[in-house]
Amino acid sequence: MKDGAVLEMRGICKYFPGVRALEKVDFTLREGEIHALMGENGAGKSTLIKVLTGVYPKDGGTVVLSDKQINIKSPQDAQNNGIATVYQEITLCPNLTVAENMYIGRTKGPLTDWGKMNRSAGKLLDDLGIPVSPKEQLGNCSIAVQQMVAIARAVDMDCKVLILDEPTSSLDEQEVQKLFKLMRDLKAKGVGIIFVTHFLEQVYEVCDRITVLRDGTLVGEYVIQDLPRVKLVSKMLGKDFDDMAEIKSSDEEEKIDYNGTPVYQANNLTGTTGIKPFDFEIHKGEVNGFTGLLGSGRSESVRAIFGADRVTGGTIKMDGKTVKIRKPLDAMKNGISYLPEDRKLDGIVGDLSVRDNIILALQVMKGFFKPFSKAQAEKFADDYIKLLNIKTASQDTPIKSLSGGNQQKVILARWLLADPVYLILDEPTRGIDVGTKVEIQKLVLKLAAEGKSITFISSEIDEMIRTCSRLVVMRDGKVVGELKGADLNQNKIMATIAGGESK
Amino acid sequence: MTSDTMKSNNPSFAIKLKNFLGKLVKNQLFIPIVALLLLVLINLIADPTFFKIVLEPSSTGHLILSGNLITIIDNASELAILAIGMTLVTSASGGQDISVGATIAIAGSVILRVIKVQPTDISNGRFAAMLILAFVLCVVVSAIFGAFNGALVAYFNIQPMVATLILFTAGRSIAAWINNNDNISIKDTRFAYYGNFIPGIAIPTPVFITAICLIVIALVLKFTNLRLYSQAVGINASSSRLNGINPKMIKLLTFIILGVCVAVCGFIKVSRTSSITYSVIANNIEMDAILAVALGGNALSGGKFNITSSVIGAYVIQFLTTTLYKFKVSSSAISAYKAVVVILLIIISAPIVRRWFEDMKNKREAARVAKIATAANTESGKENV
Amino acid sequence: MKKLVKMLVSSAIIASMAFVATACNGGSTATTTTAAPTNGETASTDAPAPAGDELIKVGIINNDPNESGYRTANDRDMKATFTKENGYEASFFYSLKNEEQIAAAQKFIQDEVDYLLISAAGTSGWDGVLEQAQKAGIKVILFDRTIDADESLYEASIVSDMAKEGSQAVEWLASQNLEEYKVVHIQGVMGSAAQIGRSGALNDKVAAEANWSIVTQQTAEWSEETAQQIVQSVIDSGEKFNVIYAENDNMAKGAAAALDKANISHGVGKDVIIIGFDCNTWALEELLAGNWNYDGQCNPFQASYIDDIIKNGAKQKVVIMDEKGFDAKTITADDVAKYGI
Repeated sequence: MKDGAVLEMRGICKYFPGVRALEKVDFTLREGEIHALMGENGAGKSTLIKVLTGVYPKDGGTVVLSDKQINIKSPQDAQNNGIATVYQEITLCPNLTVAENMYIGRTKGPLTDWGKMNRSAGKLLDDLGIPVSPKEQLGNCSIAVQQMVAIARAVDMDCKVLILDEPTSSLDEQEVQKLFKLMRDLKAKGVGIIFVTHFLEQVYEVCDRITVLRDGTLVGEYVIQDLPRVKLVSKMLGKDFDDMAEIKSSDEEEKIDYNGTPVYQANNLTGTTGIKPFDFEIHKGEVNGFTGLLGSGRSESVRAIFGADRVTGGTIKMDGKTVKIRKPLDAMKNGISYLPEDRKLDGIVGDLSVRDNIILALQVMKGFFKPFSKAQAEKFADDYIKLLNIKTASQDTPIKSLSGGNQQKVILARWLLADPVYLILDEPTRGIDVGTKVEIQKLVLKLAAEGKSITFISSEIDEMIRTCSRLVVMRDGKVVGELKGADLNQNKIMATIAGGESK
Repeated sequence: MTSDTMKSNNPSFAIKLKNFLGKLVKNQLFIPIVALLLLVLINLIADPTFFKIVLEPSSTGHLILSGNLITIIDNASELAILAIGMTLVTSASGGQDISVGATIAIAGSVILRVIKVQPTDISNGRFAAMLILAFVLCVVVSAIFGAFNGALVAYFNIQPMVATLILFTAGRSIAAWINNNDNISIKDTRFAYYGNFIPGIAIPTPVFITAICLIVIALVLKFTNLRLYSQAVGINASSSRLNGINPKMIKLLTFIILGVCVAVCGFIKVSRTSSITYSVIANNIEMDAILAVALGGNALSGGKFNITSSVIGAYVIQFLTTTLYKFKVSSSAISAYKAVVVILLIIISAPIVRRWFEDMKNKREAARVAKIATAANTESGKENV
Repeated sequence: MKKLVKMLVSSAIIASMAFVATACNGGSTATTTTAAPTNGETASTDAPAPAGDELIKVGIINNDPNESGYRTANDRDMKATFTKENGYEASFFYSLKNEEQIAAAQKFIQDEVDYLLISAAGTSGWDGVLEQAQKAGIKVILFDRTIDADESLYEASIVSDMAKEGSQAVEWLASQNLEEYKVVHIQGVMGSAAQIGRSGALNDKVAAEANWSIVTQQTAEWSEETAQQIVQSVIDSGEKFNVIYAENDNMAKGAAAALDKANISHGVGKDVIIIGFDCNTWALEELLAGNWNYDGQCNPFQASYIDDIIKNGAKQKVVIMDEKGFDAKTITADDVAKYGI
């Protein structure tokens, strides 16, 4: 056993029918460290986590926790052994209070002293600096607070190993900082933290060590100082990586005719989701972005454009002609495509095959009484699986069994097949691996070059700067600024988001 | 060397066979067909004459087929037709309609309401016109009741079982009210053709009606996107909406289709005996219809569906019922036997059992890979030496 | 195992038969003197005018009127009699379940009705609620069905003697002097008074006579389609039979449909004798046409008897209504018009 190691996994193997998800993977976690687990989608991160937490039984290897070899049979078993997990999706009960959520399933005997429970929960939350009352209903708290409550619950169970699986993907910058502070506090208390994330910046901000997986095998374990970003990325991808920095050629913008008739133009577009009426236009071949903090209304705005939520007012012109867009089908028929923010909830149709998922939008546009022939559907699917390099066993594979990045590509394929003039991509790169991220960004620019108009939203400002030629900045449901050209830099964007423009 | 090739050949054949069996087991039709074969086998052992089919002249003097098998495919007709609609409703709404028995009573009552006022001596042409009128009216009424259920489910977001509880409770009273609670008996023998035999045709009419329904639904599924839409809605309504589908409309549509199926069933039911008993007509058929869907391997939580499988499920249930009658099991005890089937189904499809099978498979796989790995190691070791 | 069950069932039936028989004997001497109105339509006009402004509150617990034509006719008769014009304020409750009926009775007691009129779904479990009623000073009149409770707990019981209906039918059947009786026996809902009474007579006869046998004995729960399936399964199995004894008209109808399907003739002078009960108009018409052989009446018109008891007091505990049985050979169109329900 290595010095100070709290958890050692040796030679872990896990097989699924036809797939080697993990092949002899080693992983060591030391006391009081934050250890990033990195890898592209499908590299085996989540499988490793699931083996560790008893969701999957392992098919080989040993797990040693605090010098004791253990065999984890179930998530409950993992919890009892001091391995706590906080998942990307909150797994607590939104209709219970914070305190109830922290103690649910842990009270002994049939009687519960609610007062005592609330008091001890309050104390713990104070200690950890989590700004919430124990009596608050969890569903009313922000996602960040919910995450932190989940962590507090884990901490209170005296965990030795805390696993954070993509905890930051739905948090804004401030919330991420709060979470990091909490993580550092826990680290000081000697808790070993496994941090799974796709955000490179965050890894370099809080982590001490990185373990990289690729294709179910171990690439290596590194101290953070020894592994610069570029190297990390190349380790993850398994190849030298050079095209991350500059994928946008600067002369693209000049081609856009800003004086011509906009492809899409909205005046006073009003919805029911809490955004103020706004004007918006986009030109042929342009890539624009909506930015702002979470909840600023950027997603709601593009949803209003697509008619995803109820639209109550405003005039819309496409190519100068007034059109009516009140529901998604209107938008689709007018050549607008929308890749939604929440892939799982709004994007994929999980049990349907990759093929059905690809043809869905075009099929709906074609009409209820005109189904595509099987041969036609197969051809469409085949073309786009090749075009976007989608990794799937076959067209008939249910989309839910694909990795996140490949699922996103299928949804992208669906909307490209619909051949839109205006394509809205809301967070197309969230929760997917670096390689696919770059592929998608490149694709966006290629499509723009072919003359499509694209709205691209990402919570990673870097990505937006790389791909967009114009940024609409939103705050509190209102458009507060529009940036282009030289203004498109990190500082200016931050300042506009924060409300600096009035000064 | 020869022994080596032998070894490598054998496993590949074994694997092929295993793959084939694996595919067969995974096929949705597997469960209902195995159940059907099991019943056939039991009957074959108990009494081979069970399968005897004879062609004899009937009371009308025409040749007709009779025998247990004919009885089964005849009596399963209503259930098979219902299974079509129930499968679609299950797929799109992720729930089941428990009011079908009661709405069959309504449908039958509507038919009788129209037919009963006719004198028995009207011409064939006029009778046909009356029958068509009665049937059309029955379809319209049933579709409206289906739409009522569907609207509660789609537009008021009420769980299907709860929404259809309303008609489940009220339907039979409505049926009785339609005919003023009269105990009706239709004397015109022409009316009985549709639940029994058309003179000169040796096969029971309900079999033809079922075949027509199956062909119609097959055509609908082929020439429309009903399958894609209702599956998409059942799996992910939110995503379907963003793809331009109107999930509410689709749910409503499936309930209306079920309503039409109910109308056809009601017609067959009242034609069988030319009468109706409001409180017991199509008694408990909703449970059989749901069981047929489940037996067909369709998830009762909605999404992907296979109508063929449900329909076979329906025939399995009728086969079971007829078998039990044949063994003189009390008809009131038959539901207990069906309960056993339900329990078996639930056990087979329980996630814990499936996971257990998967774990077993993975362990074998792991052992195999490990064996290959060690073999490779020793070989390379030898080379090094 | 099967034998054991059969023994238990038949001994239970015999036991309950014995009870019904004694109950009937108790009142039979008095009943013969009562001229029974046989047609309910005249019932309401017979009733005396209301005895003042005060309406008599009656709580009526009945079986679901949709259950059968008999019940429908019975319910209509009750509704036509217990009206405001006749001086009644009536509340109705319908259920085929004993527990629900008992709960409804309790509610009526709380509502302080004057009379509780009960047609019980099951024969047992009523003692408690009847005692409550007695304490509350509420008079109980049972109609159509008897229950297992002390006679002191109710004012009167107006019943069809189902056992008599059954024995009348069986006697008629015996009088046909067939060489052999192979009976397909289709029963009503098991445990109901009609089923117990009508099954009892047949079971006794089959047990007593060597040339009588039961081919199949199944409950179709009053449903014609189930009856049809049962008969169909007998036909398919190739067993021979020459009598269908169905405990109501609808089941007889279902059985006849199965016979028609399989080219088995039935009716007067044909292969299979069909016996039904309840005297639905259409069933009597079948008799008239010679398609069926016998139909036993089950008089559904108790309302006038009850009305009489409420207004003039009970003359005896058990009132047995007059009931006929019709033979297809002797039935007339007048009978159909008069006795059909």
